[in-house]
Amino acid sequence: MTTPVRTRGGGPATRRAASRRSSGEGPFRFASTGAGVVLLGVMAAIAVFLISEAIPALQANKGNFFTELIWEPNGSQVFGIAALAFGTVLSSALALVIATPIAVGVALFISHYAPRRLAGPLGYLVDLLAAVPSVIYGLWGLVFLVPFLKTPSVWLNEHLGWFPLFGGEGVIGGKTMLAGAIVLAIMILPIIAAISREVFLQAPKINEEAALALGATRWEMIRMAVLPFGRPGVISAAMLGLGRAMGETIAVALIFPATFDLSFQILTPHANSIAANIANGFGEATPIGRGALIASGLVLFVITLLVNMGARMVIARRKEYARAAA
Amino acid sequence: MSAIQRISTGRRIKDRVVQGLVYLAFALAVVPLISVLWLVIQNGLARFDLEFLTHSMRGIGARDAGGGAYHAIIGTLEQVLLASVIAVPIGVLTAIYLVEYGTGGRLSRTISFFVDVMTGVPSIVAGLFIFAFWILFLGIPFSGFAGALALSILMMPTVVRSAEEMLRLVPNDLREASYALGVPKWRTILKVVLPTALTGIITGVMLAIARVAGETAPLLLTVFFTDSINNDPFNGPQMGLPLYVFDQAARPNDTAIDRAWAGALTLILIVMLLNLVARLIAWWRSPSRAR
Repeated sequence: MTTPVRTRGGGPATRRAASRRSSGEGPFRFASTGAGVVLLGVMAAIAVFLISEAIPALQANKGNFFTELIWEPNGSQVFGIAALAFGTVLSSALALVIATPIAVGVALFISHYAPRRLAGPLGYLVDLLAAVPSVIYGLWGLVFLVPFLKTPSVWLNEHLGWFPLFGGEGVIGGKTMLAGAIVLAIMILPIIAAISREVFLQAPKINEEAALALGATRWEMIRMAVLPFGRPGVISAAMLGLGRAMGETIAVALIFPATFDLSFQILTPHANSIAANIANGFGEATPIGRGALIASGLVLFVITLLVNMGARMVIARRKEYARAAA
Repeated sequence: MSAIQRISTGRRIKDRVVQGLVYLAFALAVVPLISVLWLVIQNGLARFDLEFLTHSMRGIGARDAGGGAYHAIIGTLEQVLLASVIAVPIGVLTAIYLVEYGTGGRLSRTISFFVDVMTGVPSIVAGLFIFAFWILFLGIPFSGFAGALALSILMMPTVVRSAEEMLRLVPNDLREASYALGVPKWRTILKVVLPTALTGIITGVMLAIARVAGETAPLLLTVFFTDSINNDPFNGPQMGLPLYVFDQAARPNDTAIDRAWAGALTLILIVMLLNLVARLIAWWRSPSRAR
């Protein structure tokens, strides 16, 4: 296609020929370029309108937006993001810690352990986890997981209470940070597993065969030939999962008890997140309250944007991963 | 002693242990899926009847039995349809730009990068944006259409990515053959490239629809709640099926929880059906299937 060819109808040959013979070329090209620009415009507009609608509320704020724990934009007009941002970070970090090892195991299972014929359907089964709407995970967490976790939570608190995360007095179990984090982990597992799987499948076959020929066991082969190749891919997959966990709303809005404090005790009912607070607080918010929620949404947008851009840059740097990025 | 040394016991055990862990990881991943589906089907069937599918919640108190999700089903179908009408043309055209026109230029690299970033925009932020722009800034009241706008933002990047992948699979020979016959580029795209990639694009679009059909957070901020049937997505608050499940689940009594499960069953049937049809289309047209 690089050499200019003379064609009667225009083709890709010369601009002039094209514009003379086919009036549709210009508009069509314009439309498709325009659609791409619209996408960029939407991203810019998200930032612009969130900022512009947040400013009045931030100006009315009587506390420090970044350090205040209280969230009372409707009443005393003192509100801060600290407790909510803390909850968002802690819950998604916990979810990541739970989900990543399992997802890597699932990816290895599909790519290197499962029988060739079964690998496709079994992989589809894991992908189905991603198809379940988040509100259904919320309902499942509320009705099934929260009561289910009661006994293990009490046991952990009694026997491993010295460990800061499992400590705490009083009500143990119920709507806790742990329940929310487990639901988040289930929701981000398929995306981490899917990307890791693609990356593991692209590990150079020749290295794997060389390792096996030298007498390595299957695990040794994976450790020497597959994991080093796949590590950056798994890291960026985990970061994409982190971004998704941070933005996840409805499931945690149903499970988190909506408290406003900083607590590492994941077995006690102290949990909230930016997204859950928006969903729970939106209904009865005053104009200032809505502005405050938009401001918190802006913080969430910036955090997830940074996490996602980081992940995408890791993927984009490695040409081999091009296929896995989708 | 044989010529080839046997693998030492320690290494063999380690290999077996890892294998066990990998199988365990897979089992752990599948357990929640089975648990969720089982509970949704078991609990959902209690109220999944004709009354549920044909009645709204109008005049039904929080503790009353009965009522249904007809208004929510109508709302979801209309909102998702409108969202597709907005997102699919923009998404497919962007993919055409990325594959056919902007090959490697700065604009196309920027767009490509931000499409990736856009897939990570939290759904609640999309809802907040439409709320801030459409409802606060332009002053238009809550409506199904505002919800559709928020959903379309979530759909666009998924549609772009899948359409782009499908367009790249179209062999260059086809394009060149068309050019050689004197067909201009835009007609080549419309008459040769798009029809070739069409089934793949439809699959991607249906998966994107299935994804947004279950979104609750953006609807919460844009269509608001209603217990009545509203067939007009451009006027007045509507309901959506995921919103209905959220609303009922947050009410602390058993009749409402039963309705929430039945709504969840309806929602999961719609989403899974869309998924299945999409995969079937993909499988039916896949090159590995000899035809």
